[in-house]
Amino acid sequence: MATEEHSDGLTFHPMDQFKIQPLFREIEPGSCVPAEDIVHGCLKWYEPTNATLWMGLTLLAIFALFVLGTRGRAIIPSRLQSVAELGYGFVHKMVEDVAGKDGLKFFPYIFTLFCFIVFSNFLGLIPGALTTTSHIAVTAFMAVAVFLTVTLVGFVKNGAGFLGLFWVSSAPLALRPVLALIEVISYFVRPVSHSIRLAGNMMAGHAVIKVFAAFAPLVLISGIGIAVTPLSILAIVAMYALEILVAFIQAYVFTILTCVYLKDALHPHH
Amino acid sequence: MEIAAAAALGKFIGAGLACIGMGGSAMGVGNVAGNFLAGALRNPSAAAGQTATLFIGIAFAEALGIFSFLVALLLMFAV
Amino acid sequence: MANTTTEAAGAVTEATGHAAEAAGHAAQSAGMPQLDFSTFGNQIFWLAVALALIYFVLTRVALPRIGGILADRQGKITSDIAAAEELKLKAEAAEKAYNQALIDARAEANKIVAEARAEIQKDLDKATAKADAEIAAKAAESAKRIEEIRAGAAENVAVVAKDTAEAIVAALGGKADVGAVADAVASRLKG
Repeated sequence: MATEEHSDGLTFHPMDQFKIQPLFREIEPGSCVPAEDIVHGCLKWYEPTNATLWMGLTLLAIFALFVLGTRGRAIIPSRLQSVAELGYGFVHKMVEDVAGKDGLKFFPYIFTLFCFIVFSNFLGLIPGALTTTSHIAVTAFMAVAVFLTVTLVGFVKNGAGFLGLFWVSSAPLALRPVLALIEVISYFVRPVSHSIRLAGNMMAGHAVIKVFAAFAPLVLISGIGIAVTPLSILAIVAMYALEILVAFIQAYVFTILTCVYLKDALHPHH
Repeated sequence: MEIAAAAALGKFIGAGLACIGMGGSAMGVGNVAGNFLAGALRNPSAAAGQTATLFIGIAFAEALGIFSFLVALLLMFAV
Repeated sequence: MANTTTEAAGAVTEATGHAAEAAGHAAQSAGMPQLDFSTFGNQIFWLAVALALIYFVLTRVALPRIGGILADRQGKITSDIAAAEELKLKAEAAEKAYNQALIDARAEANKIVAEARAEIQKDLDKATAKADAEIAAKAAESAKRIEEIRAGAAENVAVVAKDTAEAIVAALGGKADVGAVADAVASRLKG
């Protein structure tokens, strides 16, 4: 019975939407099994993939807003220009408020990250799109880049004084070594949580939407679908609304945490 | 075969258990937001300057829920 | 009815069974795409390219431009406010000058009015004096004439009295003595 109706059953593939595929060829099944040293069919590092496509679209969207949108240089801005100015002001204020005036040197760096994340989050909400920021590889690259930058800046600016970040001088002397250990661990966990938070949030929401979407065709299979299908469609709408919120908030959180880490590097003394 | 079936069973049970962690993170996020609101209603003028702190707090609380979600996903798809 | 419900439930059970099967299948074939390490190099390469391009374009074109626009606007607002301040000061000065002019004009007007009044008073006094003199002269003349008239009248009274007395005497049948009548009249008039 089960084998007969195999094609009619519900199919749950919540993770398929995150698959990285080459744009111009198919990876033959079995041609890429790294565990068995079969790599001839694997993705080459230079091949354009759907990730490349969506990163490219992100890039174009950013250029459209910040380069084309501001080409008028109007004192009284057009709509697009005021959006660009709003984004600029938003991140600028964030960096200045959190990291301080001397953090503004890193403003272009943080702004680049913010733009990339916010645009790929929103482009990823287009049905059928690949959310590049849902990939650990992407977020981990950015988080590690932030971590290395911040650590380097900390040591260049403060020298060995940067280690004072781990030595909580306001705590009782006996507690300080323990606290130092905890601080060191939490310092090195930063890039992990920083990257997994973003990727996990984007992945979770999209996967949940996909699971609800898989319930939607139940009406074609069984009578109970009359109740389940509208509910699942409603749930998709609700999740989508939540995802719009999350797409912005996660970009904001990634950026503001970058600012917080930068502040720690610039002013390591609590 | 029996062992494989038991492994599959354990996998799904483990994934379900991991999802309890999300509930904890939900309470954490609710705690942060609720306390922020309580403070903001007492002193609305100071609230605007603290929204960044609110989001940082929510992000930290939420990250742990995301970790448990990740554990569930790993059990489902990667183990 | 009960039969269809059971069927439906069966279908759901089957469906979930398929789902589990499908999931198991996916786990075997693909797993999580995020943990497919063979795609990492590719993703990181393209991400680095994308971020570098974004950083380059933003730092070279967009950010200086937006910063410039914001600075321009700030400058314009500041200079406009300064200009407005200046205009306000000018307006205040003009108002002050106007009020001063008003006060001056009022004082001038008062002076002119006083002068005019004094002049008119002088003319009036002069005219009054002249009129008084004329009136006095005329009064003196009138008095003289009244005196003359009065004198003339007295003479006439004497003549009339004399004539009347002579007429009365004549009427009474006598012949009046002109000298005696004149004497009687003169004594009576003096009386």
